[in-house]
Amino acid sequence: MNPVKTIEGKAYPFGLKNVDTDVIIPAAWLKTISRSGLGKGAFEALRKEPGNLFDSAEYAGSPILIAGDNFGCGSSREHAAWALADMGIQAVIAPSFSDIFSGNAFKNGLLTVVLPQEAVDRLMEVAKTDSIHIDLENQVVTTPFQDRFTFEIDPFRKHCLLHGLDEIGLTLASSDAIAAYETRLNTEKPWLAPQMI
Amino acid sequence: MNQPRTLYQKIWDAHVVSARDDGTCLIFIDRHLVHEVTSPQAFEGLRAAGRTVRRPDLTLAVPDHNLPTTARRDASGARIPIADPESAQQLEALEANAPAFGIRYIGDADREQGIVHVVGPEQGFSLPGTTIVCGDSHTACHGGLGALAFGIGTSEVEHVLATQTLQLKQSKSMEVRVEGEVGPGVTAKDIVLHITGVLGAAGGTGYVIEYTGSAIRALSIEGRLTVSNMAIEHGARAGLCAPDEKTFAYLKGRPMAPKGADWDAAVAYWQTLKTDPGATYDKVVVIDAADIAPSVTWGTSPEDVVPITGTVPDPASFADPSKQEAAAKSLVYMGLEPGTPLREVEVQNIFIGSCTNSRIEDLRAAAAVLKGRKKAANIRWGIVVPGSGLVKSQAEAEGLDRIFIDAGLEWREPGCSACLGMNPDKVPAGERCASTSNRNFVGRQGPGARTHLVSPAMAAAAAVTGKLTDVRELIA
Repeated sequence: MNPVKTIEGKAYPFGLKNVDTDVIIPAAWLKTISRSGLGKGAFEALRKEPGNLFDSAEYAGSPILIAGDNFGCGSSREHAAWALADMGIQAVIAPSFSDIFSGNAFKNGLLTVVLPQEAVDRLMEVAKTDSIHIDLENQVVTTPFQDRFTFEIDPFRKHCLLHGLDEIGLTLASSDAIAAYETRLNTEKPWLAPQMI
Repeated sequence: MNQPRTLYQKIWDAHVVSARDDGTCLIFIDRHLVHEVTSPQAFEGLRAAGRTVRRPDLTLAVPDHNLPTTARRDASGARIPIADPESAQQLEALEANAPAFGIRYIGDADREQGIVHVVGPEQGFSLPGTTIVCGDSHTACHGGLGALAFGIGTSEVEHVLATQTLQLKQSKSMEVRVEGEVGPGVTAKDIVLHITGVLGAAGGTGYVIEYTGSAIRALSIEGRLTVSNMAIEHGARAGLCAPDEKTFAYLKGRPMAPKGADWDAAVAYWQTLKTDPGATYDKVVVIDAADIAPSVTWGTSPEDVVPITGTVPDPASFADPSKQEAAAKSLVYMGLEPGTPLREVEVQNIFIGSCTNSRIEDLRAAAAVLKGRKKAANIRWGIVVPGSGLVKSQAEAEGLDRIFIDAGLEWREPGCSACLGMNPDKVPAGERCASTSNRNFVGRQGPGARTHLVSPAMAAAAAVTGKLTDVRELIA
């Protein structure tokens, strides 16, 4: 995965509360064979409304999404994180996230930033005209107007995101331990190798 | 003297590659089953990162979810195209990905093809004491052989493909002990439905369950696979039955199982796989086998279980207000009134199949009830879907297919079929199905479909009478 250090740009001032994963990506999109391309289905129902936020030229390609409480609740589908990433979103800022969604987001290099409602309200204002800056190393969100909001993040997740380490990358760093286990297994339980058919 | 350990603890300990300070362990995965629905993005991820499959020899790919259960090849042997382009695409992706990554693939036209959870044990790919994963929540099925088996998400599928491990924290342990003898007409399915009714759909959340007791030991291996299969329906990550002589006899000679001296060494190890005297579980639930009747679900959660002799409950009878509300909603969806005897509920559809109940013993149990009988006039659609091509051949060799066809049911090709609405086998909106599958969720068998979960013998009995029926009346 690409390292996440700073994210800067326009933000969708979305703000809705309790956005469930069915809203983020409807079930009809689950029969896909690709993680990519799901951006087309992101927020499908909302995008049927003329003049919606996600299709406005003003915000097209914004790397940040600002949302309300309990973002990503509902079904555990990983497709929700894939869909957001596919539409170019690199970070979501909200007062809270569902655990499963934030886990899935992390596994896919999508930063979730938790800020108090007042800070989120202020960023919603700024996003209508100006860009927003997220500095993961220093755990701070800033605006061109001297706003400065610090946020908390699990140190392990921060480390992984900063260095572009996905869980697979991390485990692969233990390749020697896995190889040692396999060697021991071959000695102790040689019968475990499946017979060829 | 070593600390006494549970079966779960023994399997866990044997698979720890390394442990982090926060308790997260890197766990080695012995067997990985792959199907067409939850794997495409995992293979895509490997490609994007330039990664390979670490142990293709421990991986087996079989399509099952999307495949139509009608004929797959025409007279010339050419594939009959799958009507749904997205299903066809998922199948083609697996067909391409398996050889590209060096993974063994059992294809839609191979006689060994079937539902992954039927194929694994049948081929001897699944073994006692192993860790088995698959991107499917019914993977716990393989626990019937004494394997630690559980479902995983797509990112984890990719993780296992790349590293042959998972980063996991150990679950709590629960013993569900079923003591005594079950009565006539009571099968493994009734036992697991009853357990789910007792524990509730979330009762096993956070636990790995070991099913113990004389009623579990008395089950055949296929019966134990049925019980473990539905561990997830009472919330457990995995369900285990300790391996015994029946397990070894079941596996001996299977194509991928150990042979010769390897076999002897394997059995010697498997014989150690039992919970030590004095080992403790985090929770113990004891069930009297004599309390278990042929069972049926009335609602839209697998915990909504009653004996076939029972009635549809009044939502007000539940203590928990959220359950009252859920039950009321379920009854609206199911079109049922409180107090209605289950035996008066008419069904229009019969589904005998799924990873829970599509093995040869299941088909024999259904055929025993259907032999010499016809389906009732109000049964609009009834299908029997063997769990694999080998189960299909065996059933045909025993003449079971003729019994089903003569009774007016359809005899199909193997696959997941009407267990879930991903292929053409669906129950129409508003109609009922007596189904041997594992989930009665809203829309599971098709939008608006009303599912009653039952055993194969009970599904066969419903086919004969056209309504939910106490099978004991037909076998007496």
